[in-house]
Amino acid sequence: MVINAERVRTAPVRKRRTGALSRSRGERIFGIVNVAILLLAVAVTLYPFLNVIAESLSSEKYIAMGGVTIWPRGWNFQTYGIVMSDPTFWINYKNTVLYTVVATAISMVLSTLFAYAISKQELKGRGTFIGIAVFTMFFSGGLIPNYVLVNGLHMTNTIWAVVIPNAISVFNVLVMKSFFENMPRELEEAASIDGLSVYGTLWRVVLPLSKAVIATMILFYAVTNWNSWFQAFIYMDKSSLFPVTIYLRNLIAGASSAQTSGANAASDLTSISANIKAVTMVLTVLPILCVYPFVQRYFVSGVMLGSVKG
Amino acid sequence: MTSMTQAPPSDPPEQTDLPQAVAPQSIEPMRNSRSTTRVPWRKAIRRNWQLYSLLVLPVAWFVIFRYLPMAGNIIAFRNYIPGGNIFGEGWIGLENFQMFLADPTFWQVFRNTAVLGGLTLLFGFPVPIVLALLLNELRSRVFKRFVQTTTYLPHFLSIVIVAGMIMQITSMTGSINQLLSAIGLQKITFLQDAGWFPAIYVGSEIWQTMGWGTILYLAALTTIDDSLYEAARIDGAGRLSQTWHVTLPGIRPTIVTLLILNIGSFMAVGFEKVLLLYNPATYSTADVISTYLYRVGLQSGSFSYAAAIGIFEAVIGLILVLGANFVSRRTIGASLW
Repeated sequence: MVINAERVRTAPVRKRRTGALSRSRGERIFGIVNVAILLLAVAVTLYPFLNVIAESLSSEKYIAMGGVTIWPRGWNFQTYGIVMSDPTFWINYKNTVLYTVVATAISMVLSTLFAYAISKQELKGRGTFIGIAVFTMFFSGGLIPNYVLVNGLHMTNTIWAVVIPNAISVFNVLVMKSFFENMPRELEEAASIDGLSVYGTLWRVVLPLSKAVIATMILFYAVTNWNSWFQAFIYMDKSSLFPVTIYLRNLIAGASSAQTSGANAASDLTSISANIKAVTMVLTVLPILCVYPFVQRYFVSGVMLGSVKG
Repeated sequence: MTSMTQAPPSDPPEQTDLPQAVAPQSIEPMRNSRSTTRVPWRKAIRRNWQLYSLLVLPVAWFVIFRYLPMAGNIIAFRNYIPGGNIFGEGWIGLENFQMFLADPTFWQVFRNTAVLGGLTLLFGFPVPIVLALLLNELRSRVFKRFVQTTTYLPHFLSIVIVAGMIMQITSMTGSINQLLSAIGLQKITFLQDAGWFPAIYVGSEIWQTMGWGTILYLAALTTIDDSLYEAARIDGAGRLSQTWHVTLPGIRPTIVTLLILNIGSFMAVGFEKVLLLYNPATYSTADVISTYLYRVGLQSGSFSYAAAIGIFEAVIGLILVLGANFVSRRTIGASLW
């Protein structure tokens, strides 16, 4: 023990664990087991992705046999061609891009205005405004009144039904608010001394200094909007308006009903669907997978920022 | 804060003694929150009208898209006809509430909701904690980043994709059945089997959330003082007892806070996922309150009846959040607000 303690003190303690010299056999075994468990977690996480990609590139025959795991069998690129030559797929894909851009823009404008205003201590009624927003995190009107409202506003079968009703995420607003609150007062005071209005201060001083949080929020909203489907599902019934998530959902729903009817799943319909389904899933998730490695840390920092609120 | 409105050389002592109380009378808005509450509304608005103007659009949005629907729940007490008056045609009192309380299907979906939510909490809550602890034991930064980046990924998927993956993995030709037949077992039609639904739901929930859930724990872990570990080690504590006596107590506040949040929202079972995955064959375990009210409301057109169930659901949710918050404030002194 004494020797051990000696080593602890002399070894250059980089992290809290000591250098390799003092590791006992038990610790080394633990280290190996630990890595093994984490690798297992990684494998479990990645398996469904690899499986989808493999099925998207396999021929129907092998999928129907149940022989595809993470490596394509009977290489088949045709299905990508088939899905991509479906005009509805492209219309829906473009809709998703359009909805994502418009919805994110609306969300950003509303959230920034609100977060900036409630970040100001001198705003009388500030607590009330924060309360108005926070209360909606815990209590909502519910599905039916929302549906009645959107119907009543004649927004069904328009882009507005998708981009407006969920425009503000209170969580995101709170993240932005705490960011604005931590901004040095002096900057804004200097701006107002220089004769800038509140709008000018926000636009020319605050926003340029908030690029990090703005970028994070854009990503938050954009991913949410890219992934959303339910709004379109209940408010739209024209396939020319659907986002690609609905296109995919309809494929999946069709596939699952085919599966129900023919329990001996070797029927052609099911296997074709499985292949097409996999291709559509890959194409839908591709943009997210492409940007994910680069933006992931912004998401993490956003979550941290939100939790520091207390 | 007052530096530019007063001439510092003339009266520095006064400024340092009473920095708040002698906030200078100037065009500059006062910062002290105590004094702002005393300012009458008319004056506050005249002075900060530009700030208030920023609030107009967002507040209008909250009123229309969040509070109007709350008021719209009034149709639960009225006879609503689709296409008619959005507040319904006439009062029917508590008829809808009596109806669903006497409806055996309602109690079944209520039970399903509690079971799915409870199982998710029971099995899903500890996983991120364990994962964070394991990540914390890693020496290699690169490997740690790799594990984190990978396990965060499912969080960014559309629920439609997740549902598609679940269907694929659990299908007759999917990986799980491949495995079952490889070891000589009977294949199972998982998504047609009500008995399997909770397992599929909870399992996929863990898959989606385990990585992302570690973020806050990992952040809490970095705040633990290194000297505590050193002291424990000198006292002869092994890894396991270091984890038990130093690490876990260090992240206990985070664990408790997240537990409260999760208990508060455990009845809010993932509506969209259930909607995508269930079918009449699995209603007996999969149908939850929100999917039931979706069917009776939007598919069968009984808006008032569904709104009544919606109110019930929202009130239960609110009670759970408030209750969990109250308990935590009483017991550990931490609360969400």
